[in-house]
Amino acid sequence: MEFQFPNLGPITPELIMTGIALFILMADLFIKKKEALAFLGIIGTVIVVYYTLVTTAGTTFGGMFVSDGYSTFFKLLFLINLILTILISVKYITVEKMNLGEYYAFILFSTLGMMIMASARDLILIYLGLELMAMSTYILAAFIRNDIKSTEAAMKYFMLGAFSSAFLLYGIAMIYGTTGTTELKSIATYISKNGLIGNKTLILSIIFFVVSFGFKIAAVPFHMWAPDVYEGAPTSITAFMSVGPKAAGFSIIGRVFYEAFGSFHVEWSNILLPLSILTMVIGNVIAISQTNIKRMLAYSSIAHAGYALLGVITGTPEGIASTMNYLMIYAFMNIGAFSIVIMLRKEGFSGVNIEDYKGLAKNHPLTSAMMLIFMFSLTGIPPTAGFIGKFYVFMEAINAGYIIPVIIAVIMSVISAYFYLRIVMYMYMQDPEQEITLTTSPAMGLALIITTAGTLIIGVLPSFLVDFAKRSIVGIF
Amino acid sequence: MVSLNSYIVLSMIVFTIGVFGFLTRRNIIIMFISVELMLNAVNISLVAFSFYLQDLRGHILVFFIISVAAAEAAIGLAILIAFFRNKPTVNIDEINIMKW
Repeated sequence: MEFQFPNLGPITPELIMTGIALFILMADLFIKKKEALAFLGIIGTVIVVYYTLVTTAGTTFGGMFVSDGYSTFFKLLFLINLILTILISVKYITVEKMNLGEYYAFILFSTLGMMIMASARDLILIYLGLELMAMSTYILAAFIRNDIKSTEAAMKYFMLGAFSSAFLLYGIAMIYGTTGTTELKSIATYISKNGLIGNKTLILSIIFFVVSFGFKIAAVPFHMWAPDVYEGAPTSITAFMSVGPKAAGFSIIGRVFYEAFGSFHVEWSNILLPLSILTMVIGNVIAISQTNIKRMLAYSSIAHAGYALLGVITGTPEGIASTMNYLMIYAFMNIGAFSIVIMLRKEGFSGVNIEDYKGLAKNHPLTSAMMLIFMFSLTGIPPTAGFIGKFYVFMEAINAGYIIPVIIAVIMSVISAYFYLRIVMYMYMQDPEQEITLTTSPAMGLALIITTAGTLIIGVLPSFLVDFAKRSIVGIF
Repeated sequence: MVSLNSYIVLSMIVFTIGVFGFLTRRNIIIMFISVELMLNAVNISLVAFSFYLQDLRGHILVFFIISVAAAEAAIGLAILIAFFRNKPTVNIDEINIMKW
């Protein structure tokens, strides 16, 4: 048998990403100023963005790895998330006294894992990408290693993450035993050729997959880790993992359930639908009683996973496009909200209490206006992007006939206005109780400009993003 | 020759013991060992399937799982040590600074 060297064309962005991450890890030994590493990371990411856009579509490594519109869309999302996270981290990690170069290397590795997940077309590669992403995130969650909260958060995240990946593996083993392959396309052909629709073993493995992916996107009842981890982890990492791993989880849900289990749509949508409704209800209702803003945003991110699931459940290409659209919008508004939380943090003052926002508009009108935009967007009030995201997801769900879930979702959005707008109320309608000084830096300012502009521009001119999402899945699902 | 069913039943039993151990034991190390048990249950069924299907994929996945589990153990124990320095306990009921 002759050895054939695999075509490296479609995998170029990942290879460059690996190189940059390893280079940062090495450069960390010689460079004293860690800001330089952040700059290096951003330059590298921009190069990867370029290669992601120009890479030719195609498969490599025997069909295991695919580069197509779907993966490109998700990769861009992960890279935007990465750039924004680096920008908001630069100052923050000195405040938290965790100014180590490994920090940047690990966010790059984690993003690399997500990119591999988005491109994986084989269950083995999905598992490897997922573990690379998850393990880097465990380490990042524990990055303030002298802080008991941070290490506790990482401990909880690690235990439940390892538990859930065991379920993923058992599901893979069951599929492998039934169909004799781990490739998504071959699984789909095997199912249709042998009339395995409704096969009990495959339904069992779908349930195991839902458990495992549910952990990653923090869907109820697999959400218990999320509030604790989001509260304990460094805030920049909370922002990172409330967007990245969640979107990666959705990319895998789309890939596996649409490509391999398209013929099982009735079964998996019946499993996911109650999950989606529970996620929206529990996420929004528990968020009302929170006093810590990181915890409140954690429950809000759980609720948003519920909305985004509605698009996947429809089983139509337009449905998954609306979910992709939603996740992209969510990246901008959520990281924006977290960067304001980071700005309030300074030495000796945590700034995570919701009460700390009282009267913020008096002294810091610009920051408050930005927070107002993000909170409106998270609630889903036009003309912000959050409205567009929700609008398309709900519309696709109604087109597919899921009317009751959409009614529940709309009621839940109204409930969510209570806790989002409470922050706006505190900022604008209450008197300041203490002098708040903000920790700002040019990088943070840039991140805020990008997120605010993204939230507003997509809100006013949504068509380019909606078209991009729709175009990227043409011919795939 | 041992039948495929015996291997699958064995793997299911081991996996269930792992899940049960993870959910009921309160010591982090024991919980961690339970997760390893679950992973090895998966390995048993994968190797059995791989042998009966006369296909190498299962074996390859098993090698990946073993090496990833090793990396996972390293990271998990490192996090546990970092936590232990802040609060000397391995009882999961005492890891409760954040709740609700």
